[in-house]
Amino acid sequence: MNVHLSRWPFRRLPLDETPALVRKLRELGVASAWCGSFDALLHRDVAAVNARLFQTCSDPTAAGMLVPFGTVNPMLPDWEEDLRRCHEVFRMRGARLYPNYHGYKLDAPPFARLMQLATDRNLIVQIAATMEDERVHHPLVRVAPVDLAPLPDVLKAVPTARVMLLNALRGPHGGALSVLGKAEQVSFDIATLENVGGVAELIEQVSADRVLYGSHAPFFYPDAAALKLKESALGDDVARKVISGNANRMLNRGA
Amino acid sequence: MILDVHCHLSGVPGSTPDERMARLVDYADRIGIDRLCIYMGLTWSHAPTPENFRKQNDEVLDALEHWGHRAFGFVYVSPHFVKESLAELDRCVRDGPMVGVKLWVARRCGEAEIDPIVERATELKAVVFQHTWWKANGNMPGESTPDDLAQLAVRQPQATLICGHTGGDWERGVRAIRSCKNVYADLAGGDPMAGQTEMAVRELGAERVLYGSDAGGRSFASQLAKVTGADIPPEAKRLVLGENTARLLAPILKAKGRSIG
Repeated sequence: MNVHLSRWPFRRLPLDETPALVRKLRELGVASAWCGSFDALLHRDVAAVNARLFQTCSDPTAAGMLVPFGTVNPMLPDWEEDLRRCHEVFRMRGARLYPNYHGYKLDAPPFARLMQLATDRNLIVQIAATMEDERVHHPLVRVAPVDLAPLPDVLKAVPTARVMLLNALRGPHGGALSVLGKAEQVSFDIATLENVGGVAELIEQVSADRVLYGSHAPFFYPDAAALKLKESALGDDVARKVISGNANRMLNRGA
Repeated sequence: MILDVHCHLSGVPGSTPDERMARLVDYADRIGIDRLCIYMGLTWSHAPTPENFRKQNDEVLDALEHWGHRAFGFVYVSPHFVKESLAELDRCVRDGPMVGVKLWVARRCGEAEIDPIVERATELKAVVFQHTWWKANGNMPGESTPDDLAQLAVRQPQATLICGHTGGDWERGVRAIRSCKNVYADLAGGDPMAGQTEMAVRELGAERVLYGSDAGGRSFASQLAKVTGADIPPEAKRLVLGENTARLLAPILKAKGRSIG
């Protein structure tokens, strides 16, 4: 549920060629991967970014594994057209947002409007809370994590929104959980989740229905997410929810 | 054999060292980690007094009491208290079961005041693990960088030094220690950013790269993936996962009449 295509702006990654990434994900047993594009972080021609993302995901070499999640930047003029194209032209199932790279807070009016319009279109909204540990950012591009505190209030006005936070959790306690633990329409991926046994502890905090498998590949070694499940020794039913059940449920609610 | 060079008793459930150690070993067993190097106690201090570091070392000794077959201890000391640190080295390493020294963020290791501790560790054949970071948002005043460690390595060429976290900003950290052949890169404690292990192996050689996790604050899993998921040859993975750390610990273990197990 947390994969990116194209190039990370600050270094080449071992799996940043899509065929190699697809091969690796397949080796790990991944059947479907929700993908955004690294280009979306800094490129202003978001329409072109989304078109390339769609094209790459549709390529036969992707073998139907890659599910594109286009980007909408509500700080750009006429961003509503990007949302429309994601939905109507590319038939995407959701949008991926980068509020910190695009320079807006979650209490900004355009974000509330974007949440409403995306929900009206039955799109899942993924919000990338971070992309990289801020301690290792390039000195010229330091981007603070997204402040998630305003999100519960925004969601009160859009109770049917389906929101998934990417890279929002460092540990199974505190942080984003203290803000969003009770917001039932919000789910979390495990890519940046740490602590030994962290996935099992997270599930104790928020229930297995709100935790999804996410690797943040190819920026992270994709093996990490798979090993986290093994470390937490989840029961079969719980593991199925995390690996695919919750994601399928989110998709089907929008179908 | 997989040997984790960087583990702690913090961030793990349990109210005693023994309980926490049992949980750590349980998690380690689930993903195939055979041996752990443990340092620092249940509650940490950035600038520990001698009383505090002795207490933390006592907690590690407690943990080793029942888990000495699965873990090796490193003694935690402070360059602010050299005399007391040397005494602690004698207590825990010379006269006790510990096999390494842990230096954290009390004082930067580029300063020569640290040298007596490193010299004593080297006399005892103990490895020296120095935490290092290069933080874009600013280091703590006493927090060493890989550059500091490189200076120490030049002053103490006989010492076996481990560059904790490879500086966090590992693209700079690897370069900083590249020319210091007595410095080894610890992969632990940062996110599992793809390419870290490949770069370290390419620039330092697989013999100078060590798997570590920084568990329990970090997941064993995320850190192990840095090696298992890396695009390096199988023989390099074996070195990084355990053979290198076993080689570094071999002299002191032999002196103590012990083996890696």
